[in-house]
Amino acid sequence: MGKAIVVTSGKGGVGKTTSTAAIGAALAQRGEKVVVVDFDVGLRNLDLVMGAERRVVYDLINVIQGEAKLAQALIRDKRVETLYLLPASQTRDKDKLTQEGVEEVITALKKNFDWVICDSPAGIERGPTMAMRHADVAIVVTNPEVSSVRDSDRIIGLLDAKTVKAEQGERVEKHLLLTRYDPARAEAGDMLQVDDVLEILSIPLLGIIPESTDVLRASNLGTPVTLADKHSETAQAYFAAAKRLTGENVPIAIPTDKRGFFGKFFGRKAA
Amino acid sequence: MTEVLTATQPIRLKGRSFLALVLSPELPFDDWLQRLDDLAARSAGFFLQRPIVLDIEGLDVDRGQLRDLVKELARREVRIMGIEGAKPSQLAADLPPAMTGGRPASDFETGGAEMPGPVREKPAARPQRAEYKPGRTVPSIIVTEPVRSGQSLMFEGDITVVGSVASGAEVVAGGSIHIYGTLRGRAAAGSMGDDSARIFCRKLEAELVAIGGYYKTSEDIEPELRGKAVQFWLNGESLLAETLG
Repeated sequence: MGKAIVVTSGKGGVGKTTSTAAIGAALAQRGEKVVVVDFDVGLRNLDLVMGAERRVVYDLINVIQGEAKLAQALIRDKRVETLYLLPASQTRDKDKLTQEGVEEVITALKKNFDWVICDSPAGIERGPTMAMRHADVAIVVTNPEVSSVRDSDRIIGLLDAKTVKAEQGERVEKHLLLTRYDPARAEAGDMLQVDDVLEILSIPLLGIIPESTDVLRASNLGTPVTLADKHSETAQAYFAAAKRLTGENVPIAIPTDKRGFFGKFFGRKAA
Repeated sequence: MTEVLTATQPIRLKGRSFLALVLSPELPFDDWLQRLDDLAARSAGFFLQRPIVLDIEGLDVDRGQLRDLVKELARREVRIMGIEGAKPSQLAADLPPAMTGGRPASDFETGGAEMPGPVREKPAARPQRAEYKPGRTVPSIIVTEPVRSGQSLMFEGDITVVGSVASGAEVVAGGSIHIYGTLRGRAAAGSMGDDSARIFCRKLEAELVAIGGYYKTSEDIEPELRGKAVQFWLNGESLLAETLG
């Protein structure tokens, strides 16, 4: 039986889809069987980031409505053979995500995969609630700024109240993934410090992903960051996070400003 | 066909007490509603999801006027769970039920626009009602998790939180509030009229603190108290604060 992970945040644009694709691809490259599931019905993106937008025939809603079999809707990645995508519908109504339907799909996927990674839409409405409902593990994606942190706090509250695990008196295992971390801005005091975010959210840290143009470039190419340039700082941070997810103990390094003393000096003067 | 009622499963009935806010409308209703709108505009969602009881004791209104008022309130998403102090002639089946025997609490007034600081009007001018009696045993609860944004913790006695209260979260206690973490959200102690209730926190970053209906927003709190361990208490009509230790 595999594990169901929900990648969630409350706020939009913090990096849920990027992180879903990157962690999914990182786990798959370790030989684990992974499926990434897009729950953003009506505004799907994961297919683009995975580079599978032209290969979508059936989607999650088709499966839930019984119009297609699960195996027909799954898209196998062309680069990593243990990586699959279950796309969301772009045209259907999100109200078609029924509780029973979602449960059936997640249960079936957990039987066949080691990791079922659900990319949650933003917000706290039906879509996000359905995405988190059957999760065993939650990755809370947060940017180091106040609005993102408060939204994440709200989501953590919901994870403790509105999931199947919570209703059974158990806990969803929660991890914080701090994304778009800019060392230069953190040092200048323009961003919340890592410690501040951890103090407010008080859940364990899964990783810190530095802000990088690699992410945008990889998305535009339709390649998860961990497949595009495996040696980039961002990819390395995601690989480390994936390792921690499997229970390996990897120390977390806070990204630092790489510019030298003079670079910093002039950089600050210019700003 | 006859249906035989032989179900052995008993119907479960339980008593439960809730802390409700009591609204006391004044005549003319138009003016009063305008003041209510004014309050709602300044604190969005104040009445949302809260049980509200309408106290119309001594108001000279008929059934029709009352029905209009309830309708007007419903339009503002203020849901009335019951009406207190009503004469039978004022009520009807389509109006909220009559309520009696409510335990009195302090006024939870947020005042008109002209009131800048902690102000309370009409200090309980109803002699026929029993006053809050200090000295009785108050129940207390201990919460060992952080209170997350959007969560609302309400309890009739003392509340102890071992953790932080997030921005956008609220803790409402009939007694005192102890927070062994950072208070970033709202805390209202003595919400049932206990003026001796206090609020303690290890680190103060609060959006709002209130005791017995007197409140201070973050703007009214002395800036030098921010980030410190602080306690709040009520002295007469003023909400006082000082650092701890």
